[in-house]
Amino acid sequence: MKKGYIVLIVIAVLILGIFLWFKGSYNGMVQMSENVSEQWSNVENQYQRRLDLIPNLVNTVKGYAAHEQKTLTDVVNARAKATQTQISFDNLNEATMKKLNQTQGELSSALSRLMAISESYPDLKANQNFLELQAQLEGTENRIAVERRKFNEMVRSYNAYIRKFPKNIVAGMFGFVPKPYFEANSGAENAPKVEF
Amino acid sequence: MKYLFLLITLLWYAGICPAQDFPAPMQPKRVVNDFTNLLSRQDQARLENKLRKFNDTTSTQIAIVTVPSLHGYAPNDYAQRLAEQWGIGQKGKDNGILVLVKPKSRDENGQVAIAVGYGLEGVVPDAIASRIIRNEIIPEFQNNRYYEGLDKATNVLMKLTSGEYSADEYATNKSTEYILAGIFLLFIVFIFLTSRFKSKGPGQGSGTSSQAGPFIFWGGLGGGLGGGRSTGGGGFGGFGGFGGGSFGGGGASGSW
Repeated sequence: MKKGYIVLIVIAVLILGIFLWFKGSYNGMVQMSENVSEQWSNVENQYQRRLDLIPNLVNTVKGYAAHEQKTLTDVVNARAKATQTQISFDNLNEATMKKLNQTQGELSSALSRLMAISESYPDLKANQNFLELQAQLEGTENRIAVERRKFNEMVRSYNAYIRKFPKNIVAGMFGFVPKPYFEANSGAENAPKVEF
Repeated sequence: MKYLFLLITLLWYAGICPAQDFPAPMQPKRVVNDFTNLLSRQDQARLENKLRKFNDTTSTQIAIVTVPSLHGYAPNDYAQRLAEQWGIGQKGKDNGILVLVKPKSRDENGQVAIAVGYGLEGVVPDAIASRIIRNEIIPEFQNNRYYEGLDKATNVLMKLTSGEYSADEYATNKSTEYILAGIFLLFIVFIFLTSRFKSKGPGQGSGTSSQAGPFIFWGGLGGGLGGGRSTGGGGFGGFGGFGGGSFGGGGASGSW
């Protein structure tokens, strides 16, 4: 009779232990996933900031370099495309990330071409408004790089957490999936040097 | 064995080199970390003193760092990473600013960057940081007047972050200062004229009281000047180090 109690207690303790471990792992994952999601919105905010800057920039450049029509329309088109590909955190996976990288990359290169042509317009380069926009663009590119880097760091620890045995079992049960990184080779890890 | 050695060397380089891109803060802790001896000792002390005092009264940390090389990073990028690593500003408030200078060398341009902590992005927007670099720093640096450039820039940054004037006021060419000075001058003239006018008034007997007016006024001005000057003195208080502020990449850069 006494032995039966001990077995019962041992089982109860084991169940409680397993429950606590599950609870800890699950809550840890929720917390980390929340952090990654929050960081994702920081990245999105900075991309949005850049999108918001562009119309003003294009208009200012247009005033001085109206016949650079192609470069200007390239920027406008790339912006339109980037505006369409906004990805919510829940839809974030390898494929959507690749698409985002592509559209934002195109926008970056269109913008750098625009900045390159401004070099040959001294009046434009002396324009106060243009100088401010240029500074804002530079700051924004830097912010994008910083937020992307922070996002990658968070995703790295989140992915490591949910992939390790035995937590991967909990992750599998509750549908926690690894999140994709920003590619380092797209050149955005190091903020692009905005030279004028 | 040979491979093991190779592996260790590789790991060594992989692990250590990135860290060496960013120097550790100088000991004992200070706000002005001049790794290139760009400034004279005296000038360093003057800036240090001013910025420490500002830190003590407002908790806003404005740090000045000069480095010999940016190790291939863009100036903005380097400034952000260094500032984040050192944790300039207070944790939670993120009220740090880093003024980074890479002096001109024989084959490279000088670079300067201002990194603004998350918490100060509102009062020092990128466009304003850029304007400070263009208007206060670069013109002085071009004439090798490094102390003057840094002094002016930090003065503006201190005024902006302490709310003495807003970014818009700075952008509109510091005109408020001149306007205030103008009003003050007019006030003096007005007092002077009225007192003179009064003295030529009906009663000759009031001569002594009219003399007293301007006299008291000059006394007051002298006292004010003396008080202003005394802030320049004072020894070094202790500097407790940087507080763990965070940077999001705000700020601007320029070169000369």
